[in-house]
Amino acid sequence: MAQASAPRTMLGKIWDAHEILRHPSGPSLLYIDRDMIHEGSFHAFADLKRRGLMPRRPKQIFGVADHYVPTRGRALADAASPAIATMIETFDANMEWGGLRHFGLKSREQGIVHVVAPEQGITLPGLTIVCSDSHTSTQGALGAIAFGIGQSENAHVLATQTLWQVRPKTMRVTIDGVLPQGITAKDVMLYLIGTIGAGGAGGHAIEFAGQAVRNMSIEARLTLCNMSIEAAARLGMVAPDEITFDYVRGRTFAPSEQEWDVALSQWREVPSDADAEFEREVHIDGSKIAPMVTWGTSPEDAVAIDGRVPEPASFEGEEKRKAAARSLEYMDLAPGTPLDGLKIDRVFIGSCTNSRIEDLRSAAAILKGRKSVVPAIIVPGSTEVKAQAEAEGLARTFQEAGFEWRDSGCSMCAALNGDFVNPGERCASTSNRNFVGRQGPGARTHLVSPAMAAAAAITGRLTDVRRI
Amino acid sequence: MKAFTRETSTVVTIPGVNCDTDQIIPGRFIKADRAQGYGQFLFHDIRRSETGELDPAFPLNRPAAAAATILLVEDNFGCGSSREGAVYALVDHGIRALIGPSFGDIFYNNALKNGLVPVRLPEADCQRLAQHLAAFPDAEVTVDLATSELILPADLGRHPIVMNDFARDCILRGLDEIEMTFTYLEQIEAFEKARTGSHAWLDR
Repeated sequence: MAQASAPRTMLGKIWDAHEILRHPSGPSLLYIDRDMIHEGSFHAFADLKRRGLMPRRPKQIFGVADHYVPTRGRALADAASPAIATMIETFDANMEWGGLRHFGLKSREQGIVHVVAPEQGITLPGLTIVCSDSHTSTQGALGAIAFGIGQSENAHVLATQTLWQVRPKTMRVTIDGVLPQGITAKDVMLYLIGTIGAGGAGGHAIEFAGQAVRNMSIEARLTLCNMSIEAAARLGMVAPDEITFDYVRGRTFAPSEQEWDVALSQWREVPSDADAEFEREVHIDGSKIAPMVTWGTSPEDAVAIDGRVPEPASFEGEEKRKAAARSLEYMDLAPGTPLDGLKIDRVFIGSCTNSRIEDLRSAAAILKGRKSVVPAIIVPGSTEVKAQAEAEGLARTFQEAGFEWRDSGCSMCAALNGDFVNPGERCASTSNRNFVGRQGPGARTHLVSPAMAAAAAITGRLTDVRRI
Repeated sequence: MKAFTRETSTVVTIPGVNCDTDQIIPGRFIKADRAQGYGQFLFHDIRRSETGELDPAFPLNRPAAAAATILLVEDNFGCGSSREGAVYALVDHGIRALIGPSFGDIFYNNALKNGLVPVRLPEADCQRLAQHLAAFPDAEVTVDLATSELILPADLGRHPIVMNDFARDCILRGLDEIEMTFTYLEQIEAFEKARTGSHAWLDR
C-alpha cells in the first residue's frame, strides 16, 4: 500500500501538514500557525531583544493578559503589588514593541488565553497552536495540535514561526455511553486521571472519542482537553464535527463567509481515518461516572464524592504510599474520612478549566435562590463571558448568593495575581491543580466541577450535587 | 547554552512522585528577572519549615549536598506548569543533570534547551541507586553524554542514555537552536508561502 493511502490519525494528518522537514536525527521542523502570548512570556522577549530579532510573522501571534491581572477592577492600580503591575505593563510594552495584536487589561476581548482563543476564532480545526502555558492542550478541543511550551521554545517560535518537535505517541481515550445527569467533562477527566494516573499519558497525544464526547458541546470538550496535561499527555484533541463548525462560524478571526466552504472542505479531512491505529487505547464507560472530588495533592488523587479518603497502605509501591501519606498530612485528612460532608472554608469558580458560560450556568442553576455560607468568588473566563453572564442574569444570581463577581483572569487557580487561598484553608475549586501551595502557601485544594463547587458553597461542605 | 559532555558528581535524592514545577519554583518567584539568579528559589517552600528556616532534613540542605551537580528524582518529575523558571532554578543552582524514571514533557524539553540533561532510568534501577546512595552518600555517578552512558557506582552498572540525537547533538555542542533553524530559512519561506496561500485567514 502506498504511504499516502495508509490510514492516519488526526494527530498524524495535522502533523504531516505542518512538517517543513524532518531532521536526519529525528525531530520534525513544524510550522506553527498560532502562538499565544501572556505576561509570563517576558523571558522570550528578552531573548529576542538580546539577539536583535523581531517576531517573524506578527499576525500569527496573539497576546492576552491573564495570569497577573487584577480581578477586582480593571485599572493598573488595582494590581496587588507594584511588581505585579510591572508584569502587566511589561506585557503591553513587549507586545507593542513586536507589533503584536494583544488584548490587554481593559480590552473587551481580554480573558484567560485558552478561553479567549476559541472565543475569538483564533483556535481553528487543523492548526498547530502553542503558548507558553501547559493548559494550551485546551485548544485541541476544536481538532488542533495545541501544546504548551517553555520560554526558549517560545522565543524560537517568535523568531522562526517553527518548532523542532518529536512526534508524540498516540493514545485514544474512548468514552462510551451517556453521562448521567449532572456529570460533566470535569468529572470525566478527574475519573480518567484517577484511573490512569498523573503520569498515565506521558509522551502521548490523547484523542478523545466515543459517544459521550460526540454529545459534548465545544465548551465541555475544552474542559476535557484542558486537563489532558494533568495526565501528563503532550496534548489532547477532539475530532472536529458539525458542533465544531457551528461553534467556529462567524467568530472574529475565523474564515470569512466567502472562505467558509474552502475551510470546511479542509476541516472535514482532519478527523482520524476510520481504521487508523493508535499506540494505546483506553476505554471508559461514561454512564458509570459519579461526581468527582480530589482528596490529595495530585489530580490523580480523585474519588467519587460518595467515596472516602484512602488508606496510604492501600497503594501499590513504597513511593506511592509515601506520597499518599505526605498528601494526607498536607491536606490534614485522616484515612477513611468520607469526602461528602467534609467542611470547607472557601469556594473558587473559575480557571481555563471551568469558567465558560456553560460552567457559569451550571453553577447558577444550583445557587439560584440560595446563599453561600463560606467566602466564595466567581471569576469569568473572559470579559465577553462576563458580559454574557450579566445579560443572562447569572451575575445577579451569584451576587444574591453572596459570591463576589469578579473580572476575568487566571486568578485563584495560579494565585499569581494576589488572589489566593489562605494558609490552612480548604478550598473547593473548579481549577485544574491541587498541588502543594498552588493556590497559595499552605492552601488545601479540592478539585470539583462548577456544580459541585456551588453545592459546596451553599452547605459549607463537600456535597454530592445529585442531592441538591 | 553551556555545552555538556561529561559530568561526574555525588548525587542528591529529591523525594516525591509527581514533583510538579510549583514545588521546584513556587509561582510567586517567576516574575523575577533571570539576571537576579533563580538558584535562590530552587525548591523554595519544600526545603523550608513553616517558620521559613531551611529544614536540615531536606536532602539539598545537608552540607554534603553543596557540591552535588546531579539529582536523583522520582516518577513524573517536573509535571504541571510549563514555567521554564523551574529549569532556570536548577541550572542557576548548579545542577547539570537529573536522573529519574520519567519527566513532565514540557519540563523535559525546557531542560534540553538549557543544557540540563534529564536521564530516564527505569524505576527499579532508580530505586537501587537510591538505596545505594542512602548507604554510601559519597558515591559518585557519571553522566557521559559523549558516549550516551550513565555510569552508576559499585555494581549498579552502566546504562544507556536514551535521548533523541538532535537534542543530544545540540547539548554536546552547546548549539544555539534559533541560529541553527535559520540555516533552513529557504524551506521555511517556501512552506509559509504555500500555507498562507491555502489558509489566507491565518495571516490577517
